[in-house]
Amino acid sequence: MLEAILISIATAATPLFLAAIGELVAERAGVLNLGVEGMMAMGAVTGFGVGLATGSPAIGALAAIVVGAVFSQLFAFLTLTLASNQVATGLALTLLGLGISGQIGEAYVGQPGIRMGPVFLGLDPIFWFSLLLLVAVAWFLFHTKPGLKIRAVGDSHVSAHALGVPVIAIRYGAVAFGGACAGLAGAYLSLVYTPQWVEAMTSGRGWIALALVVFASWRPVRVLVGAWLFGAITIGQLQVQAMSLSTITGLPAPFDSIVGALKAVPSQFLSSLPYLATVLVLVLISRNRRLALVNTPASLGQPFVPDR
Amino acid sequence: MKRLTTLLAASAAIVFASAGGAAAQMDKVKACFIYVGPVGDFGWSYQHDQGRQQVEEELGDKVETAFLESVPEGADAERAIERFARSGCNIIFTTSFGYMDATNAVAGRFPDVKFEHATGYKREHDNVSTYNSKFYEGRYVQGVIAGQLTESNTIGYIASFPIPEVVRGINSFYIGAKSVNPDIKVNVVWANTWFDPGKEADAAKALVDQGADIITQHTDSTAPMQVAADRGIKAFGQASDMINFGPETQLTAIVDDWGPYYVERVKALLDGNYEQSDTWHGFAEGNVRMAPYTNMPDDVKADAEEAEKKITSDELEPFSGPLKKQDGSDFLAEGTRADDGTLLGMNFYVEGIEGDLPK
Repeated sequence: MLEAILISIATAATPLFLAAIGELVAERAGVLNLGVEGMMAMGAVTGFGVGLATGSPAIGALAAIVVGAVFSQLFAFLTLTLASNQVATGLALTLLGLGISGQIGEAYVGQPGIRMGPVFLGLDPIFWFSLLLLVAVAWFLFHTKPGLKIRAVGDSHVSAHALGVPVIAIRYGAVAFGGACAGLAGAYLSLVYTPQWVEAMTSGRGWIALALVVFASWRPVRVLVGAWLFGAITIGQLQVQAMSLSTITGLPAPFDSIVGALKAVPSQFLSSLPYLATVLVLVLISRNRRLALVNTPASLGQPFVPDR
Repeated sequence: MKRLTTLLAASAAIVFASAGGAAAQMDKVKACFIYVGPVGDFGWSYQHDQGRQQVEEELGDKVETAFLESVPEGADAERAIERFARSGCNIIFTTSFGYMDATNAVAGRFPDVKFEHATGYKREHDNVSTYNSKFYEGRYVQGVIAGQLTESNTIGYIASFPIPEVVRGINSFYIGAKSVNPDIKVNVVWANTWFDPGKEADAAKALVDQGADIITQHTDSTAPMQVAADRGIKAFGQASDMINFGPETQLTAIVDDWGPYYVERVKALLDGNYEQSDTWHGFAEGNVRMAPYTNMPDDVKADAEEAEKKITSDELEPFSGPLKKQDGSDFLAEGTRADDGTLLGMNFYVEGIEGDLPK
């Protein structure tokens, strides 16, 4: 049973992690892209459709990565080349993505999709890939020269520009990476988590991913911790609800009393626990002013127009 | 000058039309719909939209329809409904329980527009009608099936929110299951959402992990059906026939058929005989149907068909005495049936269901 629960948690955490790690890179480069939800929806419909057409979930996932990256370039063009407001443009991207995906996906409603099955320890290839991705991103951002440039662009685009770093080009790349990750996260929903397409199936996970980036104070490993914490609370509260009283009294101490106490808590409150935990962590982080300043990309959300 | 005359004539026509009140015939009706989920949910909102399309098909160019999807319940809904009311809709169908107060509030400000609220019970103004379907009749039939097929005697029930509609369904399911299996246990998990495929799947997994071998749901996506298929157990579809998602899994599904009601109401408005009403139809009127009974032995199927037939002919009512409430107090005496008011406001479990009903 424990194994099944852990797999459920991993499945719930993976799409959040994927979308958040991509957004982290974009934000490290100073770009706040609120379009994660829309990019995920585009990835979900692409992954489903291509997977169904080709019969291969892997090709579906790859297509979702490409579409996510391409779709994000619309945002990049508007905010980076035309220097539009990032918050407003990101929101527009979310609405656009949800709308277009619903339109494209109309023909897929009511059709079962294909599933990307488990390959190792009951978990699917995308989960294992996401762990590799974590290592790669953490190493790339903090131990390579291009990674340093990304962080420099995010911290002070004016200084980076003065040093000859191609600010706009790097930001295009970072946004594309964010889009690719969000696309894969979407494909995870429509190929692994719930192999089907229904409109708006992302159900706000893009927004949770955005909160996770702040929750993680822009550190890759903490994104994984946050995603797992979020997944564990979500799955845990459902499991507690489903447990019968006889199962609970059979648990070893002190779990029996803990679970028993949780069982008495109204389910509405349990459902809101992941969000409450996020708010709590955000409060704790922002209380420590120095910590917040050290990690927050200083140019986050500011448009950059090279004047010379 | 000519334009002015036309304008005057037009306004005179409008004044005349409104003076005629409800009895006036209309040449064209704009019917508007508000959905809580996306039309592509293949569940609740999808079925309402099928109804809207049926209105368009049957009434042709006499009707114009519009819809807003994924409108959150609560205060946000009021803006959406008001927008429709201002945009020239003659009749507005608000298709979720949570739109109840918003619908009544807007109705008070737009006395000339007809409002139709699904699954609610408040009609604070003359222009508000309510309509609902007796889904609980289908839940009883599901219970009869599940009670016989389960081996673990545990049924997993994914519930959305603790509102009367959902509570009534749980009770009816339990009463049906209990009638064939005295040891039955219904394990209810509250997902606190109408539509979130991921979370619904997680809830289904949790229930299976805790020993349920049949899943039923009162949420709107096909995700729980897929989990059941994946884990090799059986499940019931919700709102739509979901057999595609579990060809070897779905036992049956409660199918909502809103089309006839929508056509009837819009037609009444066109013909000038529209009246405020409170409609609650079930098997007998065809608003609730059962999808084909599949993946079960013939004797169970026969029992299910029998129960469906008896409910349709009013020989059987799921909520008839003797019944007690969960706390042991009396609910219905021998030989009595629950009245509509009690059913529509149901906020308690019947005796035998474990767990607390969230308040």
